[in-house]
Amino acid sequence: MTGIEMLSLALMALGCLFFVAGTVGMLRFPDAVSRLHALTKADGLGLVLIAAGAALAAGSAGWALRLALICGLVALAGALGAHLIARLVRTGGGR
Amino acid sequence: MDAMLVFDVALALALVGLAWAVLAAEDLFAAVVLFIVFGLMTALAWVRLAAPDVALAEAAIGAGVTGALLLATLRRIGGAESAETTPRPVLIGVGALAAAVTSGLGAAFLAAPAQGPGLEAAIAANLAASGVEHPVTAVLLNYRAYDTLMEVVVLFAAVVAVWSVAQAPEPATPLLGPLHAGFARVALPAAVVVGAYLLWAGATMPGGAFQGGAVLGAVAILALLARDYVPAPAHRAWARGAFLAGTAVFALVAAGVGFGPRMAFEYPPALAKPLILLIEAVVTLSIAATLAALFFGREPEPLGVEVEARK
Repeated sequence: MTGIEMLSLALMALGCLFFVAGTVGMLRFPDAVSRLHALTKADGLGLVLIAAGAALAAGSAGWALRLALICGLVALAGALGAHLIARLVRTGGGR
Repeated sequence: MDAMLVFDVALALALVGLAWAVLAAEDLFAAVVLFIVFGLMTALAWVRLAAPDVALAEAAIGAGVTGALLLATLRRIGGAESAETTPRPVLIGVGALAAAVTSGLGAAFLAAPAQGPGLEAAIAANLAASGVEHPVTAVLLNYRAYDTLMEVVVLFAAVVAVWSVAQAPEPATPLLGPLHAGFARVALPAAVVVGAYLLWAGATMPGGAFQGGAVLGAVAILALLARDYVPAPAHRAWARGAFLAGTAVFALVAAGVGFGPRMAFEYPPALAKPLILLIEAVVTLSIAATLAALFFGREPEPLGVEVEARK
Protein backbone atom coordinates (compact mmCIF):
# COMPACT_ATOMS: atom_id res chain seq x y z
CA MET A 1 0.00 0.00 0.00
CA THR A 2 1.44 3.34 -1.01
CA GLY A 3 1.59 6.37 1.24
CA ILE A 4 -1.15 8.12 -0.74
CA GLU A 5 -3.48 5.13 -0.40
CA MET A 6 -2.90 5.03 3.36
CA LEU A 7 -3.53 8.76 3.69
CA SER A 8 -6.70 8.40 1.62
CA LEU A 9 -7.95 5.53 3.79
CA ALA A 10 -7.10 7.42 6.98
CA LEU A 11 -9.02 10.50 5.78
CA MET A 12 -12.09 8.40 4.90
CA ALA A 13 -11.95 6.53 8.22
CA LEU A 14 -11.74 9.84 10.09
CA GLY A 15 -14.70 11.09 8.05
CA CYS A 16 -16.73 8.02 9.00
CA LEU A 17 -15.86 8.67 12.64
CA PHE A 18 -17.40 12.14 12.34
CA PHE A 19 -20.55 10.64 10.85
CA VAL A 20 -20.78 8.15 13.73
CA ALA A 21 -20.26 10.98 16.24
CA GLY A 22 -22.93 13.08 14.54
CA THR A 23 -25.37 10.14 14.55
CA VAL A 24 -24.71 9.46 18.24
CA GLY A 25 -25.32 13.16 18.91
CA MET A 26 -28.59 13.06 16.98
CA LEU A 27 -29.78 10.04 18.92
CA ARG A 28 -28.62 11.19 22.37
CA PHE A 29 -29.17 14.96 22.50
CA PRO A 30 -32.40 16.06 24.14
CA ASP A 31 -33.96 18.60 21.76
CA ALA A 32 -34.18 19.39 18.07
CA VAL A 33 -31.76 22.34 18.05
CA SER A 34 -28.88 20.58 19.82
CA ARG A 35 -29.45 17.53 17.61
CA LEU A 36 -29.12 19.79 14.57
CA HIS A 37 -25.97 21.25 16.08
CA ALA A 38 -24.38 17.79 16.41
CA LEU A 39 -25.52 16.60 13.02
CA THR A 40 -24.58 19.57 10.83
CA LYS A 41 -21.11 20.13 12.29
CA ALA A 42 -20.17 16.48 12.26
CA ASP A 43 -21.59 15.67 8.84
CA GLY A 44 -20.12 18.77 7.20
CA LEU A 45 -16.59 17.85 8.25
CA GLY A 46 -17.22 14.12 7.75
CA LEU A 47 -18.27 14.61 4.13
CA VAL A 48 -15.30 16.87 3.37
CA LEU A 49 -12.88 14.32 4.89
CA ILE A 50 -14.41 11.42 2.93
CA ALA A 51 -14.41 13.47 -0.26
CA ALA A 52 -10.77 14.43 0.31
CA GLY A 53 -9.91 10.75 0.78
CA ALA A 54 -11.84 9.82 -2.36
CA ALA A 55 -10.13 12.60 -4.33
CA LEU A 56 -6.72 11.27 -3.26
CA ALA A 57 -7.75 7.73 -4.23
CA ALA A 58 -9.06 8.91 -7.62
CA GLY A 59 -5.79 10.73 -8.14
CA SER A 60 -6.85 13.21 -10.81
CA ALA A 61 -7.55 16.93 -10.70
CA GLY A 62 -10.83 16.50 -12.59
CA TRP A 63 -12.29 14.15 -9.99
CA ALA A 64 -10.98 16.31 -7.14
CA LEU A 65 -12.77 19.28 -8.70
CA ARG A 66 -16.02 17.31 -9.07
CA LEU A 67 -15.84 16.17 -5.45
CA ALA A 68 -15.13 19.73 -4.31
CA LEU A 69 -18.18 20.90 -6.25
CA ILE A 70 -20.32 18.19 -4.60
CA CYS A 71 -18.99 19.23 -1.16
CA GLY A 72 -19.84 22.84 -1.87
CA LEU A 73 -23.40 22.05 -3.00
CA VAL A 74 -24.01 19.65 -0.10
CA ALA A 75 -22.67 22.25 2.36
CA LEU A 76 -25.09 24.84 0.94
CA ALA A 77 -28.05 22.43 0.94
CA GLY A 78 -27.18 21.09 4.40
CA ALA A 79 -26.90 24.57 5.88
CA LEU A 80 -30.23 25.52 4.30
CA GLY A 81 -31.95 22.37 5.56
CA ALA A 82 -30.66 22.91 9.09
CA HIS A 83 -31.75 26.55 8.95
CA LEU A 84 -35.27 25.63 7.80
CA ILE A 85 -35.65 23.00 10.54
CA ALA A 86 -34.34 25.42 13.19
CA ARG A 87 -36.72 28.10 11.89
CA LEU A 88 -39.64 25.68 12.14
CA VAL A 89 -38.63 24.79 15.71
CA ARG A 90 -38.36 28.47 16.70
CA THR A 91 -41.74 29.37 15.26
CA GLY A 92 -43.24 26.46 17.19
CA GLY A 93 -44.11 24.22 14.27
CA GLY A 94 -41.80 21.39 15.21
CA ARG A 95 -41.98 18.82 17.94
CA MET B 1 -14.30 -12.93 3.17
CA ASP B 2 -14.73 -10.25 0.55
CA ALA B 3 -15.06 -6.82 2.17
CA MET B 4 -17.68 -5.73 -0.37
CA LEU B 5 -19.79 -8.80 0.48
CA VAL B 6 -20.05 -7.54 4.05
CA PHE B 7 -21.15 -4.15 2.71
CA ASP B 8 -23.69 -5.73 0.34
CA VAL B 9 -25.22 -7.91 3.05
CA ALA B 10 -25.43 -4.90 5.40
CA LEU B 11 -27.05 -2.86 2.61
CA ALA B 12 -29.59 -5.60 1.86
CA LEU B 13 -30.46 -5.94 5.56
CA ALA B 14 -30.75 -2.15 5.87
CA LEU B 15 -33.17 -2.10 2.90
CA VAL B 16 -35.43 -4.74 4.45
CA GLY B 17 -35.20 -3.00 7.84
CA LEU B 18 -36.03 0.40 6.31
CA ALA B 19 -38.97 -1.06 4.37
CA TRP B 20 -40.32 -2.49 7.61
CA ALA B 21 -39.70 0.80 9.43
CA VAL B 22 -41.66 2.72 6.75
CA LEU B 23 -44.64 0.40 7.21
CA ALA B 24 -44.39 0.30 11.00
CA ALA B 25 -43.93 4.06 11.54
CA GLU B 26 -46.79 5.49 13.60
CA ASP B 27 -46.17 9.04 12.37
CA LEU B 28 -46.83 9.66 8.66
CA PHE B 29 -44.08 12.31 8.48
CA ALA B 30 -41.57 9.81 9.89
CA ALA B 31 -42.80 7.25 7.36
CA VAL B 32 -42.19 9.68 4.47
CA VAL B 33 -38.69 10.57 5.69
CA LEU B 34 -37.88 6.87 6.11
CA PHE B 35 -39.20 6.25 2.59
CA ILE B 36 -36.80 8.89 1.21
CA VAL B 37 -33.91 7.20 3.05
CA PHE B 38 -35.13 3.88 1.63
CA GLY B 39 -35.00 5.40 -1.88
CA LEU B 40 -31.42 6.62 -1.38
CA MET B 41 -30.33 3.21 -0.08
CA THR B 42 -32.05 1.56 -3.07
CA ALA B 43 -30.07 3.86 -5.36
CA LEU B 44 -26.92 2.69 -3.59
CA ALA B 45 -28.01 -0.92 -4.15
CA TRP B 46 -28.40 -0.22 -7.89
CA VAL B 47 -24.85 1.20 -7.90
CA ARG B 48 -23.63 -2.05 -6.31
CA LEU B 49 -25.52 -4.00 -9.01
CA ALA B 50 -23.53 -2.00 -11.62
CA ALA B 51 -26.66 -0.25 -12.91
CA PRO B 52 -25.78 3.46 -12.63
CA ASP B 53 -28.66 4.47 -14.95
CA VAL B 54 -31.24 2.96 -12.62
CA ALA B 55 -29.38 4.35 -9.60
CA LEU B 56 -29.57 7.88 -11.02
CA ALA B 57 -33.27 7.50 -11.80
CA GLU B 58 -33.98 6.01 -8.37
CA ALA B 59 -32.12 8.81 -6.55
CA ALA B 60 -33.70 11.60 -8.63
CA ILE B 61 -37.25 10.25 -8.99
CA GLY B 62 -37.62 7.55 -6.32
CA ALA B 63 -36.06 9.48 -3.45
CA GLY B 64 -36.06 13.11 -4.58
CA VAL B 65 -39.22 13.94 -6.49
CA THR B 66 -41.39 11.22 -4.93
CA GLY B 67 -40.26 12.43 -1.50
CA ALA B 68 -41.32 15.97 -2.38
CA LEU B 69 -44.66 14.69 -3.73
CA LEU B 70 -45.30 12.66 -0.55
CA LEU B 71 -44.43 15.63 1.70
CA ALA B 72 -46.73 17.89 -0.35
CA THR B 73 -49.50 15.29 -0.06
CA LEU B 74 -48.92 15.03 3.69
CA ARG B 75 -49.33 18.80 4.01
CA ARG B 76 -52.58 18.58 2.06
CA ILE B 77 -54.16 15.79 4.08
CA GLY B 78 -52.76 17.18 7.34
CA GLY B 79 -51.59 13.81 8.64
CA ALA B 80 -55.21 12.81 9.21
CA GLU B 81 -55.07 9.39 7.53
CA SER B 82 -53.70 6.52 9.53
CA ALA B 83 -54.05 2.77 9.78
CA GLU B 84 -56.96 3.18 12.19
CA THR B 85 -59.05 5.33 9.84
CA THR B 86 -58.32 3.32 6.70
CA PRO B 87 -61.19 0.91 5.95
CA ARG B 88 -60.28 -2.72 6.48
CA PRO B 89 -61.16 -3.86 2.91
CA VAL B 90 -58.73 -1.22 1.54
CA LEU B 91 -55.96 -2.50 3.81
CA ILE B 92 -56.62 -6.10 2.80
CA GLY B 93 -56.83 -5.17 -0.90
CA VAL B 94 -53.53 -3.26 -0.80
CA GLY B 95 -51.89 -6.10 1.11
CA ALA B 96 -53.13 -8.67 -1.41
CA LEU B 97 -51.90 -6.56 -4.36
CA ALA B 98 -48.47 -6.08 -2.77
CA ALA B 99 -48.24 -9.80 -2.02
CA ALA B 100 -49.22 -10.65 -5.61
CA VAL B 101 -46.58 -8.31 -7.07
CA THR B 102 -43.93 -9.65 -4.68
CA SER B 103 -44.69 -13.29 -5.46
CA GLY B 104 -44.83 -12.50 -9.20
CA LEU B 105 -41.39 -10.89 -9.02
CA GLY B 106 -40.09 -13.79 -6.95
CA ALA B 107 -41.45 -16.31 -9.45
CA ALA B 108 -39.91 -14.38 -12.36
CA PHE B 109 -36.57 -14.24 -10.52
CA LEU B 110 -36.58 -17.97 -9.76
CA ALA B 111 -37.70 -18.89 -13.29
CA ALA B 112 -34.98 -16.78 -14.95
CA PRO B 113 -31.83 -18.65 -16.03
CA ALA B 114 -29.27 -18.12 -13.28
CA GLN B 115 -26.18 -18.14 -15.48
CA GLY B 116 -25.39 -17.97 -19.16
CA PRO B 117 -25.52 -15.25 -21.75
CA GLY B 118 -28.22 -12.59 -21.59
CA LEU B 119 -28.99 -10.24 -24.43
CA GLU B 120 -25.69 -8.34 -24.09
CA ALA B 121 -24.23 -9.88 -27.25
CA ALA B 122 -27.27 -8.98 -29.37
CA ILE B 123 -27.30 -5.46 -27.92
CA ALA B 124 -23.59 -4.95 -28.56
CA ALA B 125 -23.86 -6.31 -32.11
CA ASN B 126 -26.54 -3.77 -33.06
CA LEU B 127 -25.17 -0.82 -31.06
CA ALA B 128 -23.61 0.77 -34.14
CA ALA B 129 -26.99 0.95 -35.88
CA SER B 130 -28.86 2.22 -32.80
CA GLY B 131 -27.67 5.82 -33.10
CA VAL B 132 -26.24 6.01 -29.56
CA GLU B 133 -23.14 4.59 -27.89
CA HIS B 134 -24.63 3.79 -24.49
CA PRO B 135 -26.30 0.33 -24.46
CA VAL B 136 -28.94 1.27 -21.87
CA THR B 137 -30.06 4.28 -23.93
CA ALA B 138 -30.06 2.07 -27.05
CA VAL B 139 -32.44 -0.34 -25.30
CA LEU B 140 -34.68 2.39 -23.88
CA LEU B 141 -34.94 4.64 -26.93
CA ASN B 142 -34.44 2.21 -29.80
CA TYR B 143 -34.78 -1.54 -29.21
CA ARG B 144 -37.55 -1.25 -26.62
CA ALA B 145 -38.74 2.30 -27.37
CA TYR B 146 -42.38 1.18 -27.16
CA ASP B 147 -41.99 0.45 -23.43
CA THR B 148 -40.45 3.86 -22.87
CA LEU B 149 -43.27 5.56 -24.78
CA MET B 150 -45.73 3.82 -22.44
CA GLU B 151 -43.80 5.16 -19.41
CA VAL B 152 -44.13 8.67 -20.79
CA VAL B 153 -47.86 8.04 -21.33
CA VAL B 154 -48.20 6.95 -17.68
CA LEU B 155 -46.77 10.29 -16.49
CA PHE B 156 -49.07 12.14 -18.89
CA ALA B 157 -52.09 10.21 -17.60
CA ALA B 158 -51.06 11.04 -14.01
CA VAL B 159 -51.00 14.79 -14.61
CA VAL B 160 -54.31 14.64 -16.54
CA ALA B 161 -55.85 12.84 -13.56
CA VAL B 162 -54.46 15.38 -11.07
CA TRP B 163 -55.74 18.34 -13.08
CA SER B 164 -59.14 16.69 -13.47
CA VAL B 165 -59.59 15.77 -9.82
CA ALA B 166 -57.84 18.39 -7.66
CA GLN B 167 -59.20 21.80 -8.56
CA ALA B 168 -60.07 23.23 -5.17
CA PRO B 169 -58.08 26.35 -4.28
CA GLU B 170 -56.05 26.06 -1.11
CA PRO B 171 -53.82 28.25 1.03
CA ALA B 172 -50.42 28.89 -0.55
CA THR B 173 -47.35 27.13 0.82
CA PRO B 174 -45.59 29.17 3.53
CA LEU B 175 -42.64 31.25 2.34
CA LEU B 176 -39.34 29.65 3.25
CA GLY B 177 -37.49 32.88 3.93
CA PRO B 178 -34.58 34.81 2.47
CA LEU B 179 -32.02 32.03 3.00
CA HIS B 180 -34.03 29.65 0.85
CA ALA B 181 -34.44 32.30 -1.84
CA GLY B 182 -30.67 32.85 -1.82
CA PHE B 183 -30.05 29.11 -2.03
CA ALA B 184 -32.46 28.85 -4.96
CA ARG B 185 -30.54 31.61 -6.77
CA VAL B 186 -27.30 29.58 -6.48
CA ALA B 187 -28.73 26.07 -6.86
CA LEU B 188 -31.21 26.59 -9.71
CA PRO B 189 -28.70 27.51 -12.43
CA ALA B 190 -26.35 24.74 -11.28
CA ALA B 191 -29.17 22.18 -11.32
CA VAL B 192 -30.32 23.31 -14.78
CA VAL B 193 -26.79 22.62 -16.05
CA VAL B 194 -26.78 19.20 -14.33
CA GLY B 195 -30.18 18.29 -15.84
CA ALA B 196 -29.18 19.31 -19.36
CA TYR B 197 -25.86 17.48 -18.96
CA LEU B 198 -27.60 14.27 -17.82
CA LEU B 199 -29.80 14.42 -20.93
CA TRP B 200 -26.83 14.96 -23.24
CA ALA B 201 -24.65 12.37 -21.47
CA GLY B 202 -27.33 9.71 -22.01
CA ALA B 203 -26.14 9.11 -25.58
CA THR B 204 -22.72 7.84 -24.50
CA MET B 205 -22.90 7.06 -20.76
CA PRO B 206 -25.37 6.71 -17.87
CA GLY B 207 -28.00 9.44 -17.98
CA GLY B 208 -30.94 10.29 -20.18
CA ALA B 209 -34.39 11.79 -20.36
CA PHE B 210 -35.83 10.47 -17.10
CA GLN B 211 -32.80 11.42 -14.98
CA GLY B 212 -32.40 14.83 -16.64
CA GLY B 213 -36.15 15.44 -16.50
CA ALA B 214 -36.27 14.60 -12.79
CA VAL B 215 -33.45 17.05 -12.02
CA LEU B 216 -35.13 19.79 -14.07
CA GLY B 217 -38.42 18.92 -12.36
CA ALA B 218 -36.69 19.40 -9.00
CA VAL B 219 -35.50 22.81 -10.26
CA ALA B 220 -39.10 23.71 -11.02
CA ILE B 221 -40.21 22.47 -7.56
CA LEU B 222 -37.53 24.66 -5.91
CA ALA B 223 -38.68 27.60 -8.04
CA LEU B 224 -42.29 26.96 -6.95
CA LEU B 225 -41.25 26.84 -3.27
CA ALA B 226 -39.19 30.02 -3.59
CA ARG B 227 -42.07 31.72 -5.50
CA ASP B 228 -39.65 32.41 -8.33
CA TYR B 229 -42.42 30.97 -10.45
CA VAL B 230 -46.10 31.37 -9.57
CA PRO B 231 -48.45 29.30 -11.76
CA ALA B 232 -51.16 31.49 -13.27
CA PRO B 233 -54.32 30.48 -15.13
CA ALA B 234 -52.89 32.10 -18.27
CA HIS B 235 -50.08 29.54 -18.27
CA ARG B 236 -52.45 26.59 -18.56
CA ALA B 237 -52.23 26.33 -22.35
CA TRP B 238 -48.41 26.28 -22.20
CA ALA B 239 -48.51 23.71 -19.41
CA ARG B 240 -50.87 21.45 -21.37
CA GLY B 241 -48.55 21.72 -24.37
CA ALA B 242 -45.55 20.82 -22.21
CA PHE B 243 -47.33 17.80 -20.68
CA LEU B 244 -48.37 16.50 -24.09
CA ALA B 245 -45.21 17.32 -26.05
CA GLY B 246 -43.18 14.30 -24.91
CA THR B 247 -45.87 11.73 -25.72
CA ALA B 248 -46.83 13.49 -28.96
CA VAL B 249 -43.31 13.91 -30.39
CA PHE B 250 -42.32 10.38 -29.34
CA ALA B 251 -45.43 8.84 -30.93
CA LEU B 252 -45.21 10.99 -34.10
CA VAL B 253 -41.55 10.10 -34.67
CA ALA B 254 -42.21 6.42 -33.96
CA ALA B 255 -45.17 6.30 -36.34
CA GLY B 256 -43.52 8.66 -38.84
CA VAL B 257 -40.56 6.35 -39.53
CA GLY B 258 -43.06 3.52 -40.06
CA PHE B 259 -44.04 4.59 -43.57
CA GLY B 260 -42.52 2.84 -46.55
CA PRO B 261 -40.32 -0.18 -46.04
CA ARG B 262 -39.79 0.32 -42.28
CA MET B 263 -41.88 -0.55 -39.25
CA ALA B 264 -42.93 1.89 -36.54
CA PHE B 265 -40.05 2.61 -34.12
CA GLU B 266 -37.56 1.45 -36.77
CA TYR B 267 -35.42 4.58 -37.13
CA PRO B 268 -33.26 4.82 -40.25
CA PRO B 269 -29.69 4.30 -38.90
CA ALA B 270 -28.45 7.56 -40.42
CA LEU B 271 -31.16 9.55 -38.65
CA ALA B 272 -31.25 7.47 -35.45
CA LYS B 273 -29.08 9.78 -33.33
CA PRO B 274 -30.84 13.07 -34.18
CA LEU B 275 -34.27 11.43 -33.81
CA ILE B 276 -33.37 9.89 -30.43
CA LEU B 277 -31.93 13.20 -29.22
CA LEU B 278 -35.06 15.03 -30.38
CA ILE B 279 -37.32 12.55 -28.55
CA GLU B 280 -35.15 12.66 -25.42
CA ALA B 281 -34.97 16.47 -25.34
CA VAL B 282 -38.75 16.90 -25.65
CA VAL B 283 -39.48 14.04 -23.24
CA THR B 284 -37.06 15.60 -20.72
CA LEU B 285 -38.97 18.90 -20.80
CA SER B 286 -42.30 17.06 -20.58
CA ILE B 287 -41.15 15.02 -17.58
CA ALA B 288 -39.84 18.16 -15.83
CA ALA B 289 -43.09 20.07 -16.43
CA THR B 290 -45.22 17.06 -15.43
CA LEU B 291 -43.33 16.37 -12.19
CA ALA B 292 -43.51 20.05 -11.21
CA ALA B 293 -47.24 20.12 -11.98
CA LEU B 294 -47.77 16.96 -9.90
CA PHE B 295 -45.97 18.69 -7.02
CA PHE B 296 -48.13 21.83 -7.42
CA GLY B 297 -50.99 19.36 -7.30
CA ARG B 298 -53.79 21.18 -9.11
CA GLU B 299 -54.71 23.27 -12.09
CA PRO B 300 -53.93 26.97 -11.49
CA GLU B 301 -57.24 28.53 -10.45
CA PRO B 302 -59.21 30.91 -12.63
CA LEU B 303 -58.47 34.48 -11.55
CA GLY B 304 -61.64 35.10 -9.53
CA VAL B 305 -61.24 31.95 -7.44
CA GLU B 306 -57.63 32.76 -6.66
CA VAL B 307 -58.51 36.22 -5.34
CA GLU B 308 -61.26 34.63 -3.27
CA ALA B 309 -58.80 32.18 -1.71
CA ARG B 310 -56.30 34.88 -0.78
CA LYS B 311 -58.80 36.86 1.31
